[in-house]
Amino acid sequence: MSTPKYTDSELTIKSLHYRKQVLQYIKKANAGHTGGSLSCLDILNVLYNDVLNVNPHTIKHPDRDRYIQSKGHSVEALYVVLAGAGFYPESELEKMGQYKSHFIGHPTKKIPGVEQNTGGLGHGLPIACGTALSAKKDGKHYKVFTLLGDGEMAEGSNWEAAMFAAHQKLDNLVAIIDRNTLQITGRTKDVVNSDNLGDKFTAFGWAFTEMDGHNISDIRNKLSQIPLEPTKPSLVIANTVKGKGVSFMEDERKWHHKVPSDEELTLAISEIDNALATIIV
Amino acid sequence: MTTKTTISGIANQQIFANTLVELARNDKDVYAVTSDSRGSGKLEAFGEEMPEQIVEVGIAEQNLVGVAAGLASTGKKVYAVSPSCFLSARAIEQIKNDICYSDNPATMVGISAGVSYGALGSTHHSIHDLAVLRAINNISIVVPADNYETDMVVNATYGAMHPHFIRLGKRPLYDLPRLDNTFEIGKASVIKNGTDLVIFANGETVCFAYEAALELAKEGIDVAIISMHTIKPLDEKAILKWCNKCAAVMTVEEHSLHGGLGEATATLLMKNSIYKPFKLLAIPDEYTITGNQLEILGHYDISKEGIYKHAKTILH
Repeated sequence: MSTPKYTDSELTIKSLHYRKQVLQYIKKANAGHTGGSLSCLDILNVLYNDVLNVNPHTIKHPDRDRYIQSKGHSVEALYVVLAGAGFYPESELEKMGQYKSHFIGHPTKKIPGVEQNTGGLGHGLPIACGTALSAKKDGKHYKVFTLLGDGEMAEGSNWEAAMFAAHQKLDNLVAIIDRNTLQITGRTKDVVNSDNLGDKFTAFGWAFTEMDGHNISDIRNKLSQIPLEPTKPSLVIANTVKGKGVSFMEDERKWHHKVPSDEELTLAISEIDNALATIIV
Repeated sequence: MTTKTTISGIANQQIFANTLVELARNDKDVYAVTSDSRGSGKLEAFGEEMPEQIVEVGIAEQNLVGVAAGLASTGKKVYAVSPSCFLSARAIEQIKNDICYSDNPATMVGISAGVSYGALGSTHHSIHDLAVLRAINNISIVVPADNYETDMVVNATYGAMHPHFIRLGKRPLYDLPRLDNTFEIGKASVIKNGTDLVIFANGETVCFAYEAALELAKEGIDVAIISMHTIKPLDEKAILKWCNKCAAVMTVEEHSLHGGLGEATATLLMKNSIYKPFKLLAIPDEYTITGNQLEILGHYDISKEGIYKHAKTILH
């Protein structure tokens, strides 16, 4: 196995920088899905800086790994991580949400590195199934990752795809669920209970594991074990905290798509800078 | 002009399946994706001969289109086949987002369209599909009139770079005569010349218009018949040309009067300040009457006899 490009500490530092950027660019755009972007950010960091065999030079390569962001509203995390991984200059992020900008408020293929236009929920997994099936048909070895929200699991299309993926034995398919337990209306268990997702997918014929969605080492470890079982698609539940990294945003429903005030942004950046100061490389 | 018609007695969706088999035999990247619909889609032979090139998703139209999008994104030449009533309603968000917005160049094939399912009722009718699909960016929509146009459109969509929707029925049809044997998506096909009245029709209604025109010709009424097989992009140039040439205009379609060929034609004429006697024959906005396909269409004058009657009315 090749030496990782980054150490856990280096990736942790990246995550903190990404968090600052997510907040700053949401503030500049005056729009964005703050809480969800912060909950999935560490996962995206590890995917693009460690797991996926795709880089700015291979974004059209037929054998590249694919990442499809089904929970498209957390696009700010994706845009920031893609910039950090060199897909385009960070200065491009200034255009997020601006008039005539390509940086739309949900993932768009106009942005280098984005595989599919998403935003309507329940779309990523079916598309990922087709993409993974194509690899199987052609004997290719790329993997297809898709990230879903836990609230999104109420969408019926996910369960159509879950049945299909197991039937087709798509062990090159990975569904990661950003399990932050909150959706716009409230707790997922109160809206429509999405507990025991692992059991549900296991019953559908998937292999299943969980990880701490904010622990770089755990994320690396779990996502490097794909397929979890031969001939089965893999479900990875990432236990996360909505608004992770900013104390007053964490686990607060109101930060689903709230834009920080000037004072809140200053305070949030200060908290993240303090966290950065404690990292020992 | 050739007026002799060839009775082939084959449904357009059978022609689609036959042509797709031929394409798939020579290209392993041609895929049919079905939602428990290979029987009605006439794709059993495809599945038996090339089981690796047919993908069955079960009764799951949303997944059908999502899977088709994923396959198409990797370069597969995908035909996603499902009854139009389900494909264009249940999976419309997937068509809009996963196929059209993401520009994954799959071809959707809506089978047993319009009121093909007859007495099965409104759940199985698709008289909304063209209206819905026309309002979505980045999709070409084709409603072939006969076996010839069906074969041509399947070939024309093979290897296409952008999304398409083909709408097919299951009634056996004959091949219409036509003034030339060229076919191009987006270009109207002239079935018969005329100057008194022009009838724009699509799909299985073109033959009704043609047969009515033959009757009217016996009375000295010269009717042009245009197959508007492509409803998007609409061949505006052809519509304007024929409307300027003829004294009156009629549209015929197996679709709701809302959002189909008739409204598209009327809008175009208004935009171009062309004011002529105009008749729109389509299914009205009501609970559709029960019957087989021909009984339903006949009830709403979407028939040889109905077109004949309205042509006489509009020209007096």
